[in-house]
Amino acid sequence: MIEPYEVVETINMISSESLDIRTITMGISLRDCVHSDTKALCTRVYNKITCVARDLVQVGETIERKYGIPIINKRISVTPISIIAEGCEGDCVELAYALERAAKELGVNFIGGYSALVHKGYTVGDKRLVESIPEALSNTERVCASVNVATTKAGINMDAVAQMGRVIKQTAYLSAARDSIACTKLVVFTNAQEDNPFMAGAFHGVGEPESVINVGVSGPGVMHSALSKLGREANFSELAELVKKTAFKITRMGQLVATEAAKMLNIPFGVVDLSLAPTIAVGDSVALILEDMGIEKCGAHGTTAALALLNDAVKKGGVMASSHVGGLSGAFIPVCEDAGMIEAVKCGALSLEKLEAMTCVCSVGLDMIPIPGDTPDSTISAIIADEAAIGVVNNKTTAVRIIPVSGKKAGDQVEFGGLLGGGIIMPVNRFSSENFVRRGGRIPAPINSLRN
Amino acid sequence: MRAIITVIGTDCVGIIAGVSAVLVKYNVNILDMNQTTMQGLFTMIMLVDMSKSRTSFEKLAEVLETNGNELGMKIHIQHEDVFKSMHRI
Repeated sequence: MIEPYEVVETINMISSESLDIRTITMGISLRDCVHSDTKALCTRVYNKITCVARDLVQVGETIERKYGIPIINKRISVTPISIIAEGCEGDCVELAYALERAAKELGVNFIGGYSALVHKGYTVGDKRLVESIPEALSNTERVCASVNVATTKAGINMDAVAQMGRVIKQTAYLSAARDSIACTKLVVFTNAQEDNPFMAGAFHGVGEPESVINVGVSGPGVMHSALSKLGREANFSELAELVKKTAFKITRMGQLVATEAAKMLNIPFGVVDLSLAPTIAVGDSVALILEDMGIEKCGAHGTTAALALLNDAVKKGGVMASSHVGGLSGAFIPVCEDAGMIEAVKCGALSLEKLEAMTCVCSVGLDMIPIPGDTPDSTISAIIADEAAIGVVNNKTTAVRIIPVSGKKAGDQVEFGGLLGGGIIMPVNRFSSENFVRRGGRIPAPINSLRN
Repeated sequence: MRAIITVIGTDCVGIIAGVSAVLVKYNVNILDMNQTTMQGLFTMIMLVDMSKSRTSFEKLAEVLETNGNELGMKIHIQHEDVFKSMHRI
């Protein structure tokens, strides 16, 4: 029989350390929905999603009760809409509304895939979709968009980078009444992952099967609790070992839930994403884990090294716990969604520049960062270019999800609510990048992309 | 199906009797049982077999929770696999 202390450890993780399954995301291919008439296309898309995912929420709830572990989100990702809408001449936004209706009907809080992959250039469909993003996101609650602007193989599409600066600003402007919340549903990627279950960047890649179940685990609270008991005398080898063991346990939950969900829904299991995804719940913070390691406040010197250790040990521990690991897999650092990061920004320990450094060693990138509403388009583009360069050169995924909050300035408070949290607007370097961004064209792929 | 019932709270008279009565009522067999005091709290862990149960897992969970509230205890019931997958390779 399982030992009592093991049972109690699991129960404590769930009841007091915020262990949960962050998301069961069902990926659905919409490639068979293609139609030249927008209205017919929308009907096909709506019908397919509501048919394939009709049991998703109910199955999630059944698993929750059976195993006693909360499953916070049940979500859907679809084939990039730029591909699906390529052959029809109507307005792309109609498809965003169809996705919104489907998500609402099914009771899922986010649906991802209003996306385009433009790292080497635009097709007609890509162009139309990217231009429609501000309207699509500001008129929907649940639709998430992403645009991949660079890959290690292709280099950085600086035309797309320049355009995304403008798109982000316009999206912010159109949702100004709600602290520019529509920008929280928009991610600009480098080396985007086709099987990422986390929003806002999830989409169902073209290499994926007809439908698939991907699961994202959480667990910063569990990690924080384990490390806070370790004591200051433990050296880094001991620390890394504890992170690995804890990550293993967390991931096993994800694997169990993923396997069960796939079986109940009769849909193949894809991957478990090993990411440590913080929430604003007390203690459920990646920043606090770094502080447990001995950093006074997240953002102080040593933070990048601490995060590198954490990110690596999480992967090492998690990889054995799951049969297939994928998605973003690493530690997330979404500023507004992490109470410890918000606190670190408030007290001046954490800056945008330090966050950029941190993105070199963890998954994703500059995530959920509110910046002044009057930040020039070109500065936002330059921030994206910097992140893209980190991703391209280091052969990793990076992303930018920043919110230029209309009408607000550095130091002002913002509140998005729910999982999206809130925080303080961070200052941005005031010197111009205009002449750099306006050159356009493509930054060539780095030499390390030539691996054959 | 095998499940683990966990009862945590301040020790008092009738905890085992209270939980057992519910299990008898629904024909749930106790396979193993362990009780101890952990972090100052009474902790009882039961491994049960629900294969001949006269009720659903969800219903039993609900009844046990109500029963726990009456006893002033927290009672969880979870599929055994949660613990096996987390603590056994």
